[in-house]
Amino acid sequence: MTARIGVVTFPGTLDDRDTQRAVRLAGAEPVALWHRDKDLQQVDAVVLPGGFSYGDYLRAGAISRFSPLMETIIAGAKDGLPVLGICNGFQVLTESHLLPGAMLRNNHLHFICRDQKLKVENAQTSWTADYQQGQEISIPLKNIDGRYVADEHTLDELEAEGRVVFRYADWNPNGSLRDIAGITNAAGNVVGLMPHPEHAVEPLIGTGRTDGLGFFTSILRKLVNAS
Amino acid sequence: MTLDTVKHAAETPEVGQPWAELGLKQDEYERIREILDRRPTGAELAMYSVMWSEHCSYKSSKVHLKQFGDKAPASDAMLVGIGENAGVVDVGQGYAVTFKIESHNHPSYIEPYQGAATGVGGIVRDILAMGARPVAVMDPLRFGAFDHPDTKRVLPGIVSGVGGYGNCLGLPNIGGEVVFDACYQGNPLVNALCVGVMRHEDIHLAKASGPGNKVILYGARTGGDGIGGVSVLASETFSDTGPTKRPAVQVGDPFQEKLLIECTLEIFREDLVAGIQDLGGAGLSCATSELASAGSGGMRVELDTVPLRDSSLSPEEILMSESQERMCAIVEPAKVARFLEICEKWDVIATVIGEVTDGERLEIFWHGEQIVDVPPRTVAHEGPVYERPYARPSWQDALQADDANALPRPAGGDELRASVLALVSSPNQASKAWITDQYDRFVQGNTVLAQPEDSGIVRIDADTNLGVAIATDGNGRFAKLDPYAGAQLALAEAYRNVATTGAKPLAVSDCLNFGSPEDPAAMWQFAEACRGLADGCLVLGTPVTGGNVSLYNQTGDVAIHPTPVVAVLGVIDDVTRRTPIGFAEEGQLLYLLGDTKEELGGSAWSQVAHGHLGGLPPVVDLEREKLLAEILISASRDGMVDAAHDLSDGGLVQAVVESCLRGGLGARLVVPDGLDPFVFLFSESAGRVVVAVPRSEELRFNDMCGARGLPATRIGVVDGDSVEVQGQFTIPLAELREAHEGTIPSLLA
Amino acid sequence: MARVVVDVMLKPEILDPQGQAVQRALPRLGFKGIADVRQGKRFELEVEGPVDDAALARIHEMAETFLANTVIEDFTVRVDS
Repeated sequence: MTARIGVVTFPGTLDDRDTQRAVRLAGAEPVALWHRDKDLQQVDAVVLPGGFSYGDYLRAGAISRFSPLMETIIAGAKDGLPVLGICNGFQVLTESHLLPGAMLRNNHLHFICRDQKLKVENAQTSWTADYQQGQEISIPLKNIDGRYVADEHTLDELEAEGRVVFRYADWNPNGSLRDIAGITNAAGNVVGLMPHPEHAVEPLIGTGRTDGLGFFTSILRKLVNAS
Repeated sequence: MTLDTVKHAAETPEVGQPWAELGLKQDEYERIREILDRRPTGAELAMYSVMWSEHCSYKSSKVHLKQFGDKAPASDAMLVGIGENAGVVDVGQGYAVTFKIESHNHPSYIEPYQGAATGVGGIVRDILAMGARPVAVMDPLRFGAFDHPDTKRVLPGIVSGVGGYGNCLGLPNIGGEVVFDACYQGNPLVNALCVGVMRHEDIHLAKASGPGNKVILYGARTGGDGIGGVSVLASETFSDTGPTKRPAVQVGDPFQEKLLIECTLEIFREDLVAGIQDLGGAGLSCATSELASAGSGGMRVELDTVPLRDSSLSPEEILMSESQERMCAIVEPAKVARFLEICEKWDVIATVIGEVTDGERLEIFWHGEQIVDVPPRTVAHEGPVYERPYARPSWQDALQADDANALPRPAGGDELRASVLALVSSPNQASKAWITDQYDRFVQGNTVLAQPEDSGIVRIDADTNLGVAIATDGNGRFAKLDPYAGAQLALAEAYRNVATTGAKPLAVSDCLNFGSPEDPAAMWQFAEACRGLADGCLVLGTPVTGGNVSLYNQTGDVAIHPTPVVAVLGVIDDVTRRTPIGFAEEGQLLYLLGDTKEELGGSAWSQVAHGHLGGLPPVVDLEREKLLAEILISASRDGMVDAAHDLSDGGLVQAVVESCLRGGLGARLVVPDGLDPFVFLFSESAGRVVVAVPRSEELRFNDMCGARGLPATRIGVVDGDSVEVQGQFTIPLAELREAHEGTIPSLLA
Repeated sequence: MARVVVDVMLKPEILDPQGQAVQRALPRLGFKGIADVRQGKRFELEVEGPVDDAALARIHEMAETFLANTVIEDFTVRVDS
């Protein structure tokens, strides 16, 4: 008895196969979804993976956000479908207005790839329940347009409602306001973050840490319990 | 303007043609006339001129490169050798790995970002054309002096270009080099390597066979990218509103290439392709002539069907365009519809532009009129072959006599301490993390080791943990002192690096960066380096599978150091057994494997302390390298060593500092009896590795080395938070870290 | 064909490090007296048919929903004469 997690591929998506692997390692069943289809194939949750969809041309995530599948996902998310946006996926979520704010060029203007320490600020969402509030984890970060911005009002609202899910610990790698690395919507079913949990699921590969598995076990547990 | 058709050319033999402006020599032009039995058309002249250029025909280097085939060691692992887009090696379990290294030097000096980006794009397409999914890239880079203003112009652009293109494609960058030397000031070197993985049955070759099979051009539209002197052929008048007739810098579109990769792999999976070639230098001229030449020999192309970005391009320009992200496939008629369907799914433009024919001519038509009728072999594979004169330069003896061993040395612990800090903080020896952190090394989720480890290792089977390892090296300073030995030292170093991580070296790809072939001294360097590399590969049992030559790397009379960059590919049965460089456990014993002699010629110390290049490079002992490799691989497999780092630039002290900083632990070293402390720390004798052995394994490890006759000297222990050389100096890790990691950002951040 | 130009700029309150990098480089290159630089995007649209009010309204909507991200960017639309 397991859950089916959809992983979307847009033209230029790069981390879809790694995300499918992470889903599999957590014990769930990954379902490959193609941007041009409208059918979500009855998956229980969706992940928008990282990459450079449409080359990040125009703006990161700006073109992907209008794909036929995104129409279905946006509607589903408003109805409570759990959606996780990783890096480029996070950018698609902000462009879709499923999450507030926007992502801009890193303040130091370079692409940066590093093992990034994060502090878990919200362990209540469908995607973070297997972490502890205040826990520090370390997962790879790799992007050039990772600076999270939003107006003061929005930022205050996020903080007040406990919707900041992760904060950069130790060092802010891109100038994101309030050190925000990941956020959630009001209902807690849509989460977006810049770092890549799917790259921290196997000992020996990459950084050798498995701190990222928690995302995928969290959603599996929530879905299995809910069914 | 009259179209210069074949018929027209046959009827107008006396027409003057701009063969000199296109880079051809008189005798070459005459030969073309002889081959065709008439004057060439403008389009044919364009094709011959690009295909017979040094870059495409290897005319100055062919006679020397021949040795790689003639002296190739017998190897069961070779599936595809020299001559195809890239070499292919059997790594076991039904997997084949293809890899190649190439240069994109001159364009990167002109437009650093795009030069580097399109360099990556080109090599990735070569790997894709072999039938493989590209899985990793590496970038050996060489720049001018660290603090020169032009280095500050060129370096950030090149690094951004490599990263910008590779990251967007989703290829992890698992290694490479950054070297600074004034000799590269006007001629930075951008060498790019790509490795791909496939099953044996997926190997594709670049030939067009099967009359009636269709020729399909797919990928980006064709524009004016990279058109050199073709404009001399166009006799139109310029208009104000049309696109300008300037040769356009090639601009890379990594998104287009990512689509091309996924589209092509899907096409391969459905077995829709009989032959395939990527379009690189010389674009369509190259793809059509090479495919036809390697296949049954005949092809017909309707050039006006080529999708254009710029509708004002003449046929000659279309043939010479170097627009990026294009591939050419040979497809059976029954499979064309499905091929086009897959392209449509990925939004990739695909057009049937011709077909394979029964004859032995490459025929190209423009709106029904024939503008090309040539034997393709004469264009693609039977270009001119030069026997350039070469001679050992008159200054070589004096250079070798200028003994670095005689240079003033640090005396006593304090001076040694200062020398160590100066060395590890010097631009060439400093940490390159500021640069390499701009490259994604995690994507595809199979990276086991990446820079600053000794080799890049990628897992290729998640069930069996089979993996491949690659290292690139090319010490130009050694090669300047002695090109024959220098080439062998580059090979030995890359070979040693692969073995140090626990992988068995299998094959070689080389990128030979040299000065002008018209200069007998540079040509001698090239000839010697080829000889050294070929001889070395024979002894080590690692054949050259393919590679690249970049000549004319000089500004005026001053050539770069001869820089043969050698890439070695190896296989590792179980990636969980790989050996990293970091000293990560206190109490482990440090052993120095190999022999240390007084060899400072061309050393990093001599450059940092004295700005000196002279003497002889370290002695090469390939039999020792083989033994060392076998021991390291066994030790890795059996868990006898926890960490290992090969010794190269900067000798033992550089390696120890790097391993300590990487692992976060210090080391206490003792200078072996009879060895001078300075020589112990700074000599660059080859065939040496430092290893960290768990105490429980010490006996077994010593026994193994003893039995095999490999000198293994205990030199210390992993301990504390400093690097201490007993009786000489102690340097805290914090101080070493600041020195080692601060240099590159200080210039560039 | 008529051309309509859409200029997109970051909102004034958004940090623009790219613009800042340009501004910092200017004096080094010998250009003085530039107090600030902000970097934006320019879209040149070749329009089929007349550029009347309806067309401009369409382009305005295009800019608002796609060419610009109005969370962080402002835009202007003008006809290129």
